[in-house]
Amino acid sequence: MSIDLSQFHQVFFEESFEGLQVMESSLLDLDCENVDSETINSIFRAAHSIKGSSSTFGFTDVAEFTHVLETLLDQVREGSRQLQPDHVDLLLQSVDCLRGMLTALQAGAALDTEQSKILIQAFNDILDGRQPVAPGGEQALSNETPSSPPVAASQCQEEEITWHIQFVPDVNLLRTGNEPLRMFRELAEMGELEVSVNLDRIPDLAGLNPEECHLSWDLYLSTGRSRSEIEEIFEWVMDESDITITATAGLFTNIATPQAEEHELIAEPDVMGAAEAEVQNTVKPADKQAVTKPAQQNPAAKSSESTSIRVSIEKIDSLVNLVGELVITQSMLGQLGNEFDMEKLQKLQEGLAQLEHNTRELQESVMRIRMLPISFTFSRFPRMVRDLSKQLGKKIDLKLVGEQTELDKTVMEKIGDPLVHLVRNALDHGLESPAERRAAGKKETGTITLNAFHQGGNIMIEIIDDGKGLNREKILNKARTNGVIGESEVLSDEQIQELIFQPGFSTAEQVTDVSGRGVGMDVVRRNILELNGSIEVRSVEGEGSTFTIRLPLTLAILDGQLIDVGSQTFIVPLVSIVESLQPDMKLINHVAGGCDVFRLRDEYIPIIKLWEVFGVEPRSKDLADSLLVVVEAGNAKVAVVVDDLLGQQQVVIKSMETNYKKVDGISGATILGDGTVSLILDITDLIYMAGEHQQSKNGLKLISNKTRAA
Amino acid sequence: MNAAQERLYDNSDMDVSGQENDQTDQYLTFIMADEEYGVDILSVQEIRGWESVTPIPNTPPHVKGVINLRGTIVPIVDLRQRFGLENVEYGPLTVVIVLKVATRKGARVMGIVVDAVSDVYSLAEEEMKAAPDLGDHVNTLYIKGLVNVNNKMVILLDINELLGADTIPDVSINTIKEIKEAQ
Repeated sequence: MSIDLSQFHQVFFEESFEGLQVMESSLLDLDCENVDSETINSIFRAAHSIKGSSSTFGFTDVAEFTHVLETLLDQVREGSRQLQPDHVDLLLQSVDCLRGMLTALQAGAALDTEQSKILIQAFNDILDGRQPVAPGGEQALSNETPSSPPVAASQCQEEEITWHIQFVPDVNLLRTGNEPLRMFRELAEMGELEVSVNLDRIPDLAGLNPEECHLSWDLYLSTGRSRSEIEEIFEWVMDESDITITATAGLFTNIATPQAEEHELIAEPDVMGAAEAEVQNTVKPADKQAVTKPAQQNPAAKSSESTSIRVSIEKIDSLVNLVGELVITQSMLGQLGNEFDMEKLQKLQEGLAQLEHNTRELQESVMRIRMLPISFTFSRFPRMVRDLSKQLGKKIDLKLVGEQTELDKTVMEKIGDPLVHLVRNALDHGLESPAERRAAGKKETGTITLNAFHQGGNIMIEIIDDGKGLNREKILNKARTNGVIGESEVLSDEQIQELIFQPGFSTAEQVTDVSGRGVGMDVVRRNILELNGSIEVRSVEGEGSTFTIRLPLTLAILDGQLIDVGSQTFIVPLVSIVESLQPDMKLINHVAGGCDVFRLRDEYIPIIKLWEVFGVEPRSKDLADSLLVVVEAGNAKVAVVVDDLLGQQQVVIKSMETNYKKVDGISGATILGDGTVSLILDITDLIYMAGEHQQSKNGLKLISNKTRAA
Repeated sequence: MNAAQERLYDNSDMDVSGQENDQTDQYLTFIMADEEYGVDILSVQEIRGWESVTPIPNTPPHVKGVINLRGTIVPIVDLRQRFGLENVEYGPLTVVIVLKVATRKGARVMGIVVDAVSDVYSLAEEEMKAAPDLGDHVNTLYIKGLVNVNNKMVILLDINELLGADTIPDVSINTIKEIKEAQ
């Protein structure tokens, strides 16, 4: 019985990537001074299972690599080896390398074993360097630096030599069943291979025999392997062909210079087919590319990978329960329908209510499956901060708060890049160097906090740094020189802080590869706006800045209240409704200037007539015949006049912009049960529009709800 | 409408066989106020009968509203009103031609309300006459050309030019807000 293992590949890759994730985060947690055995164990376990499953699936390269890694970890685990910061670096590099290998394997691309070879070598250096010392001699060990130069030097000679191989095969090479391509492929597995073909021996078309091989090759191979191993590859063709293998001194820089050993020139003008030359030629470059450029294949490969999410068994269980309930309700209704009479009407209604309840819960559960904890996005930051802080020479402490906050998968995918940008910015611009911090009387180690939490129907993500904050003067000057604002304009702090979201705005003195090109904050804001979110910045000079991102929990569905105005039905997002009521005319006052206000307990709330703002003919212009829906957006409350309140319903949001454009006061559209389109109100827009409307009518501004009753 | 659609298919079959005559484009024509207009048939997605729309507040009168086209929200433009022609009651012959419009921001699907669908013609580029220059007062940008078919003039429309303009965002209140704040 044979089992097709490939069906498990996807699972293997997912598990392995997860394992790598665990390794990476645990490695970052590791403290070399005081190694926590549980952390080491979890790294070891992850490495071990990757090794086990990769060898099961026949990915020997991965297995071999992980094995070496595991050996080192094992020694650390047993306490026979003191962990050094360099080890952690090396292990992190190997995690990257493994990830690259797995990605390549997943995409079915050629494996680049070169990097892993170098890393294996480095691991072996560490391991070999320790071998003479018996376990238990930790004291001696800790003094010695890992992968210390003397050890490395002894290995250096066999490491990375560039061999020049001249391969001039016999014309009968192909007839004897040998395929040069295969040999080259094997060579390529040993190290970096550069192949050039020599077409000198090709005869003219008339004398061409396609079965003969008239090509010869010059190969440059950088590898740690010995000459005998290279010769082994040519074993079968050794006798008939002229093969010269010479070690060249350096690496690839020497390729261009002619080699002294090239004396075995073969002047054997032979018959050769142009057709074959063509074939060989076209094959070769492709082959070469596969060998030397695997890294570039990765981005393309990524796009083809299918995405999947892991769902906790709890969520699935609740889903199963709900479906069970749904089936029970359905059979109850079915029974009821079989022998129905009017007496059972009450029961039918109950059953339908139950059905509605079940459907709603089912929908919520299904939506919850799409929700993932934000730690999926946050988890990339510890590594990034670690690498960047080294690069920038800053000391940074990263705090992650609220990692379990759940967010829709699509939103999560789109928020990743803006977050990376903001964290990079905080690192590069926000936090000062240790010296600067000391001068400013702060701790040398700066702190960046990523905080996620729910607020109302939104998810909030804060990026807080305790760095130098936004420099008011610098921003102002830059804005003046850019002509964004006039010379004499005076701006409030908020307005100045807003300026950083302008396109092409950067106050970094130096453009680094981390940030400072001025393409960024405007893109960040645009990306967030596309998600129906918003971003704000608060900053105190010398104390730090806080970026606050507000995002909707999900993009797809909204709880809505259906309202009627005239002949039209609109939808008000339920989250923004404070209350709905029939107005008591005694509580409505007409403020001079044309604005009606309504007293709700101890607040005066401006009244917005939807029919007036939207230009719809209402059923009644008399407020006494209408209903008031008190809505809240930002921190402003308004009462919207509607003709009728219909039911509440969950609606699927459809964009108006897909085929039309943004309409003021409308955030989107949806399709109701009867197939007609209904528009969803944008309360924030609406409040502003009403203000504008009133203003244009009589030059007065909408009175803020903050004006309290005296 | 069905007849027109059938004709549409017939013609497309014909065209496949008669592909040799170089560079002819097919145009779907429709009638509006006794004039015949044509649009590139490749941009036509479907032809539907008139159905009621959901009006969009504060839009120009020629934008009738949006409809639900199998789950997507599609705006409908009344071409009579767009061209400033006399309004007529929508009748059983009134059709909506759903078009794919290429705009600067990507492809949009929009519907146009016309009096009736007429015919499908294969026209060569050479037959097309440029729209006469009628001075600044008449916008001829959205007229691709005029063509003579059986002694009748057909006005060929550039729908991308014509309908693309409706999808350009207005100066929205958000922009106004920003300008005000900047002051």
